[in-house]
This record gives sequence, structure tokens and C-alpha cells, in this order.
Amino acid sequence: MTDIVITGLGAITPLGDDVPSTWRAMLAGASGVRPIEAAWAADLPVRFAAQVVLDAPARLGRVAARRMDKVTQVAMVALHEAWADAGLAAGDVADPDRTGVVLGTGIAGLETTLAAWDTLREQGTRRVSPLTVPMLMANAPAAQVGLAIGARACVRTAVAACASSNDALAMALDELRLGRADVVVAGGAEACILPFTMASFAQMQALSTRNDEPERASRPFDTERDGFVLGEGAALLVLETLAHATSRGARIYGTLAGAGLSADSHDIVQPDPSGDGQRLALQRAMADAGVSPRDIVHVNAHATSTPAGDMAEARAITAALGGESDHVIVTAPKSQTGHLLGAAGALEALATVLALRDRVVPPTINLDHPEPTLGLDVATTARPLPPAGPLAAVSNSFGFGGHNVTLVFTDQHRTDGR
Amino acid sequence: MDTQTILAGIAAIVNEVTGAPVDSVQPDKAFMDDLDVDSLSMVEIVYACEDKFGVSIPDDAAKDLVTVGDAVAFIQGAAPVPAAA
Repeated sequence: MTDIVITGLGAITPLGDDVPSTWRAMLAGASGVRPIEAAWAADLPVRFAAQVVLDAPARLGRVAARRMDKVTQVAMVALHEAWADAGLAAGDVADPDRTGVVLGTGIAGLETTLAAWDTLREQGTRRVSPLTVPMLMANAPAAQVGLAIGARACVRTAVAACASSNDALAMALDELRLGRADVVVAGGAEACILPFTMASFAQMQALSTRNDEPERASRPFDTERDGFVLGEGAALLVLETLAHATSRGARIYGTLAGAGLSADSHDIVQPDPSGDGQRLALQRAMADAGVSPRDIVHVNAHATSTPAGDMAEARAITAALGGESDHVIVTAPKSQTGHLLGAAGALEALATVLALRDRVVPPTINLDHPEPTLGLDVATTARPLPPAGPLAAVSNSFGFGGHNVTLVFTDQHRTDGR
Repeated sequence: MDTQTILAGIAAIVNEVTGAPVDSVQPDKAFMDDLDVDSLSMVEIVYACEDKFGVSIPDDAAKDLVTVGDAVAFIQGAAPVPAAA
């Protein structure tokens, strides 16, 4: 089977405007979680989040920006960085007929939906913007990214709640392996830090309520965790067949070696506490990648800081790796970034790729009192990976609905020396 | 309202919606063929004109507004909509 490599990265996150600033902040153990300054937050039970500050007209142009919901705006910002990073922005490098897009989102253009609803009620049907549907539809981020790069192989959208962008990366892997495309831009975008969403997630008891210490609220695997912190942003990866990347002399970050999917079939929101469905996804991903548990040096955990979810995942990792989890360094990036929902998997994929490139695992912050039965080696400071030899890592994403998607990355074919 | 005021108002709306330079919005220019206005943007422009000039532009009249000059003439000839209370 043909190898699929990563040749470009782009992101806008609560930790930074681009990939280098986000990665530096991750390694430094920064937090992207802040109080929500907007007046609407004052009456909410949760008044903090991991927000992205975006001057969309400045980054995208005034006319383009006003035709996009924020979820698409962040996707476009990440696209511009990833496409240039891959050396494809010059044009005529990628054949449009062989170029695809697969993006994930969990919630899509909700800000547009809510604004149109307000307009409808307050001003009547004739004042609802004709741009409402193309801005709110779940496939808008993928469609706008596809238009921007002229993609004609495929433009697809994955919607699987918090597993959406890992699902998108798995779909992109399929497109490339099946020979339907040479280049696929894959990842995810989310931007729904709104009173409606904050209230809805809070009513589920899913959010941390640590209003007095927002930066300490996201604490995966800690005994004092009390829910996730809502985040937003986008992360995109340029995936390419090895043959295509090599033929154009592209710089290669590493390899997306495999994907494993499963479903809990347990509950609409609660993970199976045994972690057995997640174990299946992990094992299938390793089998797909042709790696064994002893090859894995690093796990980028989904770990959202919810009481039930984190321990289910810990059980799944331990079960899937068998006795080989001792030499595996785990990290939980949502401790720093909050939970980007449908963009989380892509951001964590990006972090996993950079961890293998730099041979360092970024820290999990706020892990002051690890669960006594955790059984995992979670990095609380930036930790080195083995200085020599091949590296393989897994990145997990799990979503409401019981969707489990695990990806395997390796540093095979890497060309950027460090 | 005089022609120049209406023309300037339409030019500002077209610029806001599509980014076309204000100076390019002239009476002989067709919205779609000359000014790159797509169908959704045309709907936005019509509604923005209704708000700006206080007139009603029914959908079947809007589809006959091919050039900027057509829109100026329609707005000039349209009865003002009474302001909402």
C-alpha cells in the first residue's frame, strides 16, 4: 500500500495565530483558557473558554470574510498557512483534478444560524441574508477551502462531534490510498463559543465550572477535574502520496501510517466506561499502520478533563498497549488548548507530528493530583522521546455518539532535519 | 432624490457587498456581467437598497434591474415606504 506523508501544516488556535507560535506555547506549557469578556457571558454558569482572536477582514479580505461564518474563517486562515508551508501556494504544483479536501466540524456555522434566527424574528423574512445557508452549512469550511485551492478530486465533510477531524483525516487517508487523489488537505474547524453553546454544554454538566481559575480548569487525568473547557480554532494538514511528494521534492514532516475506527454502541453521550470500544479503535489503527504496541513511544490522548471520559480512555490505552505502555509518554493537550470539538483531532494530529519531528512531548498542565489508578506515564513537563531510532505515536479522538477514531503517525520518510 | 445621490448610494452598497471600486459602479454597467455580482449578492444589494432609500423593490421588479442605471431609475420612480413606527 502506498505511503501517505504530511507535507504542510496550518493552524489558528487559542495558543497562537499559526503553527510555530502554537507549538512554542504547547512546549512551554501555556494555557489558552481565559475569561470571556463579552457581556453575554455575565449570566452564564460558565464564563471562560479557549477563544481565538481573529481579525478576519485583515487576514482574509473584507468581502471574503463577510461571506463566511467564523468556523470557515478559521479554516481559511489555517489553509493559507498549510498550503504555503507545503510549497503549493505558487500554483500549478498540484493538479486540481487530483487535489481533494476533507474537513471535520462538530457544530458548523452556528453563529450565522443564530443571527439569522434573530433577524427573522425581529425584522421578518425579507431581511434574512441570502448568504445564510452557504454560511451555516456544515460543509461550508470544506467547500470554501476547496474553492480557494481549486480542488476537484473530492471535497468532503466529516461530522462526528469531537471525533470529526480525526474522521476527516481517516477519510483523507482512504482517498489517497484508493488512488483518487495525490494531495488532500485534511483537518477540522470549530468556532461556536456563543451563549447558546455555553448554556447547552453547561446544562449537560459537561463543562468545568472553575470560574475563579480558568487557566486551571482543564485538567485531564487529575482527580479534581470537573469537565471540559470549550475551545475554538482550526488545524489543517496537507497529506500527499509519497510518490507525489517525492517527485516534487517536498519537505516531509512524517507519515500518517494508519487509522482505526470503532463505535461504542453504548450511549448517545457517555463513553463506555470500560473503554472497550476505544481499545478497538486503537488496535485497529495499529494493525492498519503495521505497527505493534512496542513500536509506540507516545500517545496524544483525547482526554477532555471530564470525570468519566478520561478514565475510560486510560483503560483503553492500557488494554490496547498491553504490557508495552511503560515506555509510552502520554500527553493531554486539551489541558492547554481547551476542547476544539471538531477541530481537536486535527490540532492534536499536528502536535503529534511535531512531537515526532522534534522528539519531544509537550506537557499536560494542571495535573497536580493524578488519578491513583491511572497507570499511564503522563508528561507534566516537556519530555524527550528516544534520541535515535524510528518513532511511532497514536492520537485519539472520541465523540458524542460513541465515535472513536485513532490515528497512527510515524517519522518515516521525514526529510526536515533538526 | 437626485440621480447622483442614488448612484452614490448604490455604489457604496455594491462596494460593501462585492468589493468593487466605488468608481466602477456607473449607470451603464450591468451588475452581473460587468461588476461580478453573483445571484446571492444581487439579493443582498436589492435589500440594502430598500433599506437605504426607503423603497420597496418587489422580487419581480428586482429581476429586471440589469444595469446600475435600471436600479437608479426604479428607485427614483418608486413610492417611498412609510417609515415603521
